[in-house]
Amino acid sequence: MKGRKLLIENANISGIESFEIYQKYGGYRAVDKALKSMSPDDVVEEVKKSGLRGRGGAGFPTGLKWSFLAKPEGIPRYLVCNADESEPGTFKDRYLMEHIPHLLIEGMILSSYALGANLSFIYIRGEFMWILQILEKAIAEAYNKGYLGKNIKGSGYHLDLRVLPGGGAYICGEETALIESLEGKRGNPRIKPPFPAVKGLWGCPTVVNNVESIAAVVPIVNEGGDSYAAIGIGRSTGTKLISACGNVARPGVYEIELGVSVEEFIYGDEYCRGIANGKKLKACVPGGSSVPILPHYLVTKTASGEDRLMTYESLADGGFATGSMLGSGGFIVFDEDQCIVRNTWNFARFYAHESCGQCSPCREGTGWMEKVLYRLEHGNGNIRDIDLLAEINKKIEGNTICPLGDAAAWPVAAAIRHFREEFEWHVTSREEALLRNYGLSKEPVTV
Amino acid sequence: MVKVTIDDVEIEVEVGTSILNAARKIGGEVVPPAMCYYSKLESSGGKCRTCLVEVAAGSAADPRPMPKLVASCSTPVADGMVIRNKTSDRVRENRAGVVEFLLINHPLDCPICDQAGECHLQDLGYEHGKAKTRYEEDRRTFDPIDIGDKIKLHMNRCILCYRCVHAADQLTDQRGHGIINRGEHAEISTYIEKAIDNDFSGNVIDVCPVGALTDKTFRFKSRVWFLKPMEGERTCTQCSGKAVLWMFGNEIYRVTARKDQYGEVEDIDGKTAWICNDCRFEKKDVSKWTITGPRVVDRHSVISQGKYETKMNTKIKRIN
Repeated sequence: MKGRKLLIENANISGIESFEIYQKYGGYRAVDKALKSMSPDDVVEEVKKSGLRGRGGAGFPTGLKWSFLAKPEGIPRYLVCNADESEPGTFKDRYLMEHIPHLLIEGMILSSYALGANLSFIYIRGEFMWILQILEKAIAEAYNKGYLGKNIKGSGYHLDLRVLPGGGAYICGEETALIESLEGKRGNPRIKPPFPAVKGLWGCPTVVNNVESIAAVVPIVNEGGDSYAAIGIGRSTGTKLISACGNVARPGVYEIELGVSVEEFIYGDEYCRGIANGKKLKACVPGGSSVPILPHYLVTKTASGEDRLMTYESLADGGFATGSMLGSGGFIVFDEDQCIVRNTWNFARFYAHESCGQCSPCREGTGWMEKVLYRLEHGNGNIRDIDLLAEINKKIEGNTICPLGDAAAWPVAAAIRHFREEFEWHVTSREEALLRNYGLSKEPVTV
Repeated sequence: MVKVTIDDVEIEVEVGTSILNAARKIGGEVVPPAMCYYSKLESSGGKCRTCLVEVAAGSAADPRPMPKLVASCSTPVADGMVIRNKTSDRVRENRAGVVEFLLINHPLDCPICDQAGECHLQDLGYEHGKAKTRYEEDRRTFDPIDIGDKIKLHMNRCILCYRCVHAADQLTDQRGHGIINRGEHAEISTYIEKAIDNDFSGNVIDVCPVGALTDKTFRFKSRVWFLKPMEGERTCTQCSGKAVLWMFGNEIYRVTARKDQYGEVEDIDGKTAWICNDCRFEKKDVSKWTITGPRVVDRHSVISQGKYETKMNTKIKRIN
């Protein structure tokens, strides 16, 4: 069966954000089942079997991450849901929380039960204030119905759930920065090791999971890990929310079975329905702003000529030379009129703005790249600046405390790798480049 | 005890020692430079990335190399670990990159900076940096601000090592000193420019590796290499009273804590000999101190040159 939806099937039913309607459509079935007939280890086992991989971007197997959690006697453990979704191009968690908040809460109950946490947090992005209200309302309902609080449904398991908003910093989506922020400190990533699974929130073992990963635990418990693992291809199992944006005819949040081809996703009737206004595809960023950009000839086919599929492996095929990453599922499409230099500058500006300023390569490097790209984009660049950018990139990548440095370096490196001619064109024909970029040129100039 | 190899030198250290401290036990050339790590301050380190080293073998049990360069100040050693510092091209290249990053926004106003001569960034730039900059943009600038009436903050020179933040947090009793803003615009500040009013606040000057925090009672008085460092002692109710007096003739120009070869305040009788503001700022009269002898400054900066017979000097003489 193709096109199965496990998460947002019911998202469009009116009133689904209320407890009654959610329960009417099969909600909280998984909690009832788990608390009655499954031990916490059984839930972990099901998640391991499902092959679920972290949906926040890195794609680390969730079951494995859970099994790393240290379990010393007498020390509390925490589960923190990372709802600090701020990657440019990614808006899937927002959609999920806005429409079916109870799915996240149900997932939180199951995951907390599996990990033995009695106090769990949802750390939500500061700009999502209205979603905070939606979640708080849903949590209050769950408390009223006895799904949260002391002795949930007579099982003897206690769970308190809190939603806490951040201040809107992108860096607080990094798990250790998130923990610092949750503790009430400045959101600077911690130096690892120790990892949060050993020493996290207030020095206690902590698991930090993405909203979608936690929500996916609900269908896994409902239908069993094996049947979840049956969806998808190879090590990319289950369904994934993809937020498509940019120059597609029908942008939005789509739930896909991993393994759909990229071509079908962009041009298929069920999904994006092709490029808007009948234009041609120029490039695509398949996993949120921090993953490498793919030029049109590498979007639907890999370098070896195979069809590119929406899976962790297929999108990464060819490494960074000719591949990219599934990342967080922020699918950004560029048509032929878009300027890659301008877009790269825009991304670099974002990372320079969001760098926490703790370690020197990221603090100085992101700002430097932004300034050089600004110059290139605004017609004041030099040919040597392109090589300089590539150099700065190499010095940032891998040398920083947290992955923000890498995330800032990858898109610039990939843009230079695949679109070097366009960068050079910005230097050699600066007036023409300026005209096109500001939309003043009637006829798009092709490079 | 675990055995580690750093740049082909083998050493046994205790479990849990960081790579940097293991290297410091060997001493000499194999010690990676450190701008933010300060052994006397808890949770310092990991930020400047100048101490990056290559781990060629993770441990005896798992001899795979680590894919990334690691910060030696915050990575614990494992038995059988093989570490490459000076012998690795990758380390040298990336360290030069970090130095370049640290310098792009640094004003390079050494000719008028009080720290010149004992500045870690000068040493670092000299040893690991490049002769020319590739940075064509404007440098970020801040106005100098007063932190109390004795300390001046030149944010332009700051490399955001967080040492003073840790010092203010751990030596004094209030959290009034920290970082505001983020990224490139991050700056050291006190709580809405309030003075840090504390008996030990002056130590932030000693921990600062660059000229960002300077002693206002000494500013622009003299270059440090014109002064004679002398060890002085006095009975102080608040601190150890053991300090270095920087003298010209019979006049004390400034007072600092006693620092070791890594620029860190020394341990005296098992306790870190931080000095109080009273000793540092107020006692500038020779009669207040008992001078016990010349201070050997064991740093490779210009201040150690040509003063007294130091280990370094004798070595140089022998070579000549």
